[in-house]
Amino acid sequence: MNTPYATFRYTPSPDQMRATPARHRVVIIGAGPVGLSLAIDLALRGHAPVLLDDFDRIGEGSRAICFAKKTLEIFDRLGVAEPLVAQGVSWKKGKVFQRDKLLYTFDLLPEDGHKMPAFINIQQFVVEKALVDRAVEVGVDLRWKNRVCGLEPQNDGVRLNIETPDGEYRLHADHVVACDGARSPTRALLGLDFPGEVFEEQFLIADVKMEGDFPTERWFWFDPPFHPGGSALLHRQPDNIWRIDLQLPASADADLEKQPERVRPRIEAMLGHSDFSLEWVSIYRFRCLRLERFRHGRVFFAGDAAHQVSPFGARGANSGVQDAENLAWKLAAVLDGDSPQSLLDSYDLERGEAANENIAHSTRSTDFIAPQSEAERLLRDAALALATHHGFAKRMVNSGRLSTPTAYAESPLSSADEREWARGPAPGAPIPDSPFEGGYLSERLGRDFTLLVADEATARLAPPGVAVLVANEAAARRFALSPGSGYLIRPDGHVAARFHHAEKGAIRAALRRARGKAGEAA
Amino acid sequence: MADLVTENRFADPDRAFRRLIEARRGLSPETAAALDARLVLLLANHIGDDRVLEQAIHAAKAAMKAD
Repeated sequence: MNTPYATFRYTPSPDQMRATPARHRVVIIGAGPVGLSLAIDLALRGHAPVLLDDFDRIGEGSRAICFAKKTLEIFDRLGVAEPLVAQGVSWKKGKVFQRDKLLYTFDLLPEDGHKMPAFINIQQFVVEKALVDRAVEVGVDLRWKNRVCGLEPQNDGVRLNIETPDGEYRLHADHVVACDGARSPTRALLGLDFPGEVFEEQFLIADVKMEGDFPTERWFWFDPPFHPGGSALLHRQPDNIWRIDLQLPASADADLEKQPERVRPRIEAMLGHSDFSLEWVSIYRFRCLRLERFRHGRVFFAGDAAHQVSPFGARGANSGVQDAENLAWKLAAVLDGDSPQSLLDSYDLERGEAANENIAHSTRSTDFIAPQSEAERLLRDAALALATHHGFAKRMVNSGRLSTPTAYAESPLSSADEREWARGPAPGAPIPDSPFEGGYLSERLGRDFTLLVADEATARLAPPGVAVLVANEAAARRFALSPGSGYLIRPDGHVAARFHHAEKGAIRAALRRARGKAGEAA
Repeated sequence: MADLVTENRFADPDRAFRRLIEARRGLSPETAAALDARLVLLLANHIGDDRVLEQAIHAAKAAMKAD
């Protein structure tokens, strides 16, 4: 097996020579997709952080391959999406089989006019390499082989002890964000529980290299002839690499099943030939776990360190990058003095809601893919049997519901609609993309709050510091805009408020609320 | 007269399926079958339409053959 993991050089930081600990506004722990996205986002907002990683290369462990539209829109804003989308395999269609028979086909993005595809498949280490290069370019203070070995929360920040090849040093951080993965050492240092459900069934996961002529679609089988009693997934990556997942019995010996002489026959049975090479193999169990709170004073948790889900549905890396985006603009607003510390509580509320949604989807998919008993299998098989002819049962067949951004229904940053809207994204929901002035709407958002309005007269109502966009016909349709109406959109592309008849006072009030200043005088 | 509806009627079919799975969690196949029988009687009475009941039995048996 060969894996082109990039390696990076440890270079001592001047902080290591200091007699008294250096103070930094934000220190991020863990240079995976989540930590890197957050670091780049903060740097672009004028607050380049310190980013610590205990290793000097990337790509360890079970790896993400499916990057969703919302994540790609974030990557686009961070300046890394274009080469990734060009190199990745864009897809939006999937097929679900039972035994050797096609049950149904799905299409995740039937609507045109979005800049980004529904999904691309690309190896996680390719994404990480692109993010590392970009982080360095935008001035992130990236420190490899810096392992946090001590962490002491204080009222106004956190004291860190960091181990390096040159010995230990200390730092003081106003804010720490732990993006250090499912086994998060930071979680352990704070003694935090990571409760939830661990499922018994095991899955074999393999990346194989071969010349294949399968279409660029996600193919999932229940009880296929080549793997009776289990489920199977086949998914294409760039460079003739294919991701294969095969369900194993709960009793399978993980160490034994990872051996190539055990793996190869299973994959040969699936592909009908042996003309492939194994690039990577692992065994995992489904886990649905989360921290009770993602904020602990000045320490924040994001990505797998905060929540873990089973992989069918692409909700791991995607939700982690969306955590990062949610936290980035809020941290920047606090550091800029535009918002109080309490704005950061909304990170826990909003991303906690997202984690609950992801865990609920993931748990339901797991129930369907891997029934826990004969009694559960009977019900699952009944749904599959009815699905051929009956629409309702087809809707119950669940091979993983693929990641979409969460609408923050409970957000304290949203202002409720005064009257009902026929269509368009509700407060807290992510906005749809739309063609806009020769490009796309998604390219025009993100720096600060944006007021998207129907007409020039309404545009003049925008408070200072808020960007204004006058909708074209396509956007007006997607947002159900009519003369005098408008949307206040947050830097992360979620709706803060919308107005049938926008007026200055209401826009200002919504902006104050979205900046976490609802309780303060105007 | 109404016919058996086999298009989805749930706002969230995944949630409905999960509820049925949870109801049988930890049960033996025999106990689950006994639970199902009680559920069938309750839901059949709720529907309260002999013709629909007959159509549902027919659809279920057809799906057994396909199995």
